[in-house]
Amino acid sequence: MEFALSEEQVMLQDSVSGYLKGNCSLDVVRQGVAGGITKQADVWQGICDLGILGIIIPGELGGVELGFLDAALIAEALGRAIAPVPFIGSCIMAPVALLNGGSEQQKETWLPKIASGEVVFGVGVTEQIARRETDGIQCSGGKLSGKAMFVVDGVDADMLIIADDSGAMHIVDANASGVTRRALQTIDKTRAVAEVVFDSVEADLLPGSQNDKEPLLKTIDAGRIMIAADSLGAAQVMIEQAVAYAQERKQFDRVIGSFQAVKHMCAEMASDLEPCRSLVWYTAHTVNDMPEETRMLACHAKAHLSEVGRSIAKIATEVHGGMGFTDLLGLHYWFKRVGLNRQLLGSPELVREEAALAQGW
Amino acid sequence: MDLAYSERHQVFRSELQQFLKEHKDSAPKGRASIGKASDEAKQWQQLLIKHGYAARNIPKKYGGYGAEFDILESHIIAEEFSKSNVRPGHSGDERVVPVLLELGTEKQREELIAPTISGEMIWCQGYSEPGSGSDLASLSTKAVLDGDEWVINGQKIWTSGAQHADMCFCLVRTEPDAPKHQGISYLIFTMDRPGIEVRPLVTMTGEAIFNETFFTDTRVPKDGIVGKRGEGWFVANATLKHERGSLGDPNQTESRFRSLVELMKNETIDGTPLIKIPAYRDRLMRLQARMLTMKYNGMRILTAYLKKEEPGLPRWIVKLQGCELNHQIAALAIDAMGELGVLYEDSPYIRDAGMWQKSYMLDLGLIIGGGTAQIQKNMIGERALGLPKEPKYKQGA
Repeated sequence: MEFALSEEQVMLQDSVSGYLKGNCSLDVVRQGVAGGITKQADVWQGICDLGILGIIIPGELGGVELGFLDAALIAEALGRAIAPVPFIGSCIMAPVALLNGGSEQQKETWLPKIASGEVVFGVGVTEQIARRETDGIQCSGGKLSGKAMFVVDGVDADMLIIADDSGAMHIVDANASGVTRRALQTIDKTRAVAEVVFDSVEADLLPGSQNDKEPLLKTIDAGRIMIAADSLGAAQVMIEQAVAYAQERKQFDRVIGSFQAVKHMCAEMASDLEPCRSLVWYTAHTVNDMPEETRMLACHAKAHLSEVGRSIAKIATEVHGGMGFTDLLGLHYWFKRVGLNRQLLGSPELVREEAALAQGW
Repeated sequence: MDLAYSERHQVFRSELQQFLKEHKDSAPKGRASIGKASDEAKQWQQLLIKHGYAARNIPKKYGGYGAEFDILESHIIAEEFSKSNVRPGHSGDERVVPVLLELGTEKQREELIAPTISGEMIWCQGYSEPGSGSDLASLSTKAVLDGDEWVINGQKIWTSGAQHADMCFCLVRTEPDAPKHQGISYLIFTMDRPGIEVRPLVTMTGEAIFNETFFTDTRVPKDGIVGKRGEGWFVANATLKHERGSLGDPNQTESRFRSLVELMKNETIDGTPLIKIPAYRDRLMRLQARMLTMKYNGMRILTAYLKKEEPGLPRWIVKLQGCELNHQIAALAIDAMGELGVLYEDSPYIRDAGMWQKSYMLDLGLIIGGGTAQIQKNMIGERALGLPKEPKYKQGA
């Protein structure tokens, strides 16, 4: 019995965090997003050089074939650094869709390109969770029509995986004629979600997803786990910043962290977030080792990290007083990252309902 | 990450499961009461000790089973008893027995541990005082050495079970001129002596769980001290640490959560099970997420102990999070039952023997006791996050 990260996993996370610390500072993020960039070329190249884009892709298809826990550790590090890179959609959700629903040929064609960073995938599945502002996606005669909203990593994508109304998934060239893409402005400038309209566009069906919802559901589970990990990293940074500020800022001749009102805010944040780490680890671990437990846990991880993330984002900002509210400190970048994570792939109430259903309740 | 247990531990678990299946009917029902153990409870404890499922790591010569300590075995025992909803055994008094084992004299160990483990000897704890709660080290009950005896004067409060207790382990000030943490001694003595008055303190549950205990020129033997004079604070801290770990135990939380799910499946409003009613259902799911985080957090702590590491933050938060979570599980049960949720004592229509209201109140006691939630937050803030202590209050400042 060992519920802990292995030495290799600690090294993996340290190396990703170390790289991001040196190369993806708040200043770098600020400059990039000011120009509307959500896939920062240097950072993307950097994590590509670390060899982690193919983290869950099999070795014979150009990946490093590690587990979901390893992937979650990377997602957490990216959340910490509010890194503007299309990791969750392209490196996790798309490979899961391909591995579970794709033909051998589709896997051989696309997975090596994802692992090398040559191709970026966006993933549109939100209509299968809660459809809003669209009549959905229809597939007829191998062609897609309709509108996909909030396509994860969709703005920077070369290729798309889109779920149609039946839950079947398709590969579509993001630049094909008949595809109209538009970045949706959200609170979180570090990542982009897209609206994609299809007008009778040639699509390549993932055959395993045609009469079986499991590939789609696994894709959503995977995305939710990674979003939870991203929020874990982002919320952890907010706590660290709040604690550092409380140790430094003086009022009434004392550092404010010596006031119990402030100290207790910090203690509550830490005590709420720390068990979440175990939930994320355990959930990610089940994907490879106890898949029958994954659905319920992926829902819980996503919903619970959304709740705790929101609460920490609020409290950490309050600990900073007026400064927390300004752009100067940049704390709001994490606030907004957590804010976007909360809404993507199902808001907490919807996801908890799925967790209940997954247990037959 | 490897959640599988070794062959040896798997065998240990299945033997225990088999034992529970065979013997669960001879286990006493419900929670252990605070006073004297019933004969049924004592027999059950004996059976458990014999099979190594209680007092497992207490040496044989002191009445235990005498196995080497193995944290996974302890964990499996706690988990399986909780899962099968059978009353677990105990290792005597969890607060005082570890202290005696570690710091007691051989004579104290020989005389006191065996009857404590068997349930013959009941202890009460004399720590808190009316003026010394969270700031326990400021306690003022005095003991003065007079020949071969300590003479104790003062008052203790929250002495659980003092009205039934045979023995007391007590913190007293013996060195009035020393700094507050260095002036305390740890005494043990029998409760049947002149000058001890126990007044029951009825709590909000309607039961007298606690007492006020008064000492007036109470004479106790000199050799009832554990550790040296003035070292009582450090002797006691070993036990305080122990108590804090067991409050908020995730096994207990999981077991209570399962009872809540059962309740919500069985109880209905106009024929609809409570678990299907969206507002209650969503609260249930929120609690499940928190229950699971604490369960896995517990696995992380266990792993740290296995590796002989200090678990740090995951351990610091258990009491704060666990007790609050238990409280909220009871709160949902009450809310979901509507008016039925307020029935109490021997009322007709009462569900689960009134356990939910009683738990809701007792949990509040546990949020306060064993280091209040606010003291827990101070400790987390100061020890885990490194925030500075509150400056000392200066008279007239």
